[in-house]
Amino acid sequence: MKRLAALVLFLFLSACAGLEPRGTGDLGIIIERATGSVLVVDTTKRAILGRIEGLGDLSHASMVFSRDQRYAYIFGRDGGLSKVDLLERRIAARIVQAGNSIGGAIGPKGDWVAAANYEPGGVKFFDAASLAQLAEIPALVDGKASKVIGIAEAPGNRLVFSLYDAGEIWLADMTDVKTPWVRKFKQAGQLPYDGLITYDGRHYLAGLFGEDGLALLDLWNLEAGTKKIMPGYGKGQEPLPVYKMPHLRGWSQAGDEMFLPAIGRHEVLVVDRRGWKEAARIPVAGQPVFVIARPDGRQVWVNFALPNNGLIQVIDVPTRQIVKTLKPGKAILHLEFASKGTEVWVSARDDDQVIALDTETFAELARIPAQKPSGIFFTSRAHRLGL
Amino acid sequence: MVKPVALLAALALAIPPAQAAPDLERQKELLEFLRQDCGACHGMTLKGGLGSPLLPGNLTGYDPQGLAEIILNGKLGTPMPPWKDLLTQDEAEWLAQGLVRGAFP
Ligand code: HEC
Repeated sequence: MKRLAALVLFLFLSACAGLEPRGTGDLGIIIERATGSVLVVDTTKRAILGRIEGLGDLSHASMVFSRDQRYAYIFGRDGGLSKVDLLERRIAARIVQAGNSIGGAIGPKGDWVAAANYEPGGVKFFDAASLAQLAEIPALVDGKASKVIGIAEAPGNRLVFSLYDAGEIWLADMTDVKTPWVRKFKQAGQLPYDGLITYDGRHYLAGLFGEDGLALLDLWNLEAGTKKIMPGYGKGQEPLPVYKMPHLRGWSQAGDEMFLPAIGRHEVLVVDRRGWKEAARIPVAGQPVFVIARPDGRQVWVNFALPNNGLIQVIDVPTRQIVKTLKPGKAILHLEFASKGTEVWVSARDDDQVIALDTETFAELARIPAQKPSGIFFTSRAHRLGL
Repeated sequence: MVKPVALLAALALAIPPAQAAPDLERQKELLEFLRQDCGACHGMTLKGGLGSPLLPGNLTGYDPQGLAEIILNGKLGTPMPPWKDLLTQDEAEWLAQGLVRGAFP
């Protein structure tokens, strides 16, 4: 009875908390991949505000935020697309839009969201308010459907993405959101597995699994088409097994340099953006998965594939030296910086915890319990291109 | 003359048992491994992702031996990596048989 009273009081208080006016600029979402749920967190208090359930298969889920930072659009593996209200902690809209999905993007104006699909392949566009479908681009090349990966919004109300099977990069102009106009770049490279757009929206890079190198598209010079850069990027001689595909999406830029995970090599590659030439290779503890620069670009943090997935390494950008190796927990899947880089949150899947670390002292600031946490997303992403 | 029993023992030593199933503890770990780590590419529910779906209906053309071979050695030219440094032959066969039978719902 006492327990019931406590529960009622708790529910009442949490309902009140939901109604109290507050900002959303310091909130975040933690994906709980195995239970189809997410946690809404307050990154200032480092506290959980609530859990939202019923989001389907969230393994490899990703998400984008509305420009008012109130809603998260969560793309599930099972083709589910859920619009989640961070303030009221509930699902505002949900559809199942495909059989198998990999990620999505939100238009630069915030009026549409796009989902990249594996099955049946292609991209679908939805109204950001209602999730009603607006348009579809089937990724058909020679009658064959392609998996779509590396989706990112681009300046000028455009969307750029890669076709895994067909090896092409497509750029969709969304001026008329009901009839996208698609420009196709053929033979961009074999088996692109992920892509990124630079923070200024000028360059789109796709990592290639089927050949050595990356495909580059300069959005300021489309006539030049795609070109291949970094011939020594990957594999080459005696590649090591890649137990987990690296992710390119993320903020991996520090000044004029981009830091990228090598593939099949235990290295982080430094590319000079001015000539797209390799500037350095930094040996690291394993196959890098995420290589993300602190927002100020002074440090780059790296996590790894099996069997080194309990480690994080920190690269000091000016000296290109590893200044710290951390072991925050078991199976580190993702990391996310606070908007000005003061702290970083890392998910330790097999410890069922998210750990907040100070990026200067590397001290542990908090441990937040979460069920099999994977992706961590802070609302500050809402105002950055490509995130 | 060699006694039949000794001969049998020698044979038993020479020919490893067709499949020594991993113990229960290890089976649990493998199942978790399949869901989480293979699942990174094949989907947590094995419905596919960057990697092909691994449900019984998708594997009709394969025998468990062939699948175990793929698991251990990977598929060259695709992102399917060789797992032989992390999994033993027996473990790969146990996974392959379970996949074909649909034993991992
Ligand atoms: C880095 C991504 C990745 C990981 C991790 C991965 N696979 Fe694969 N796997 C693939 C891809 C891609 C294919 C399809 C290859 C092709 O194009 O034929 C594949 C194919 C297979 C096949 C053959 C199926 C078929 O229809 O041809 C089996 C069996 C398989 N994987 C089992 C596993 C198991 C078991 C694990 C975990 C121990 C695993 N895979 C982990 C990427 C991966």
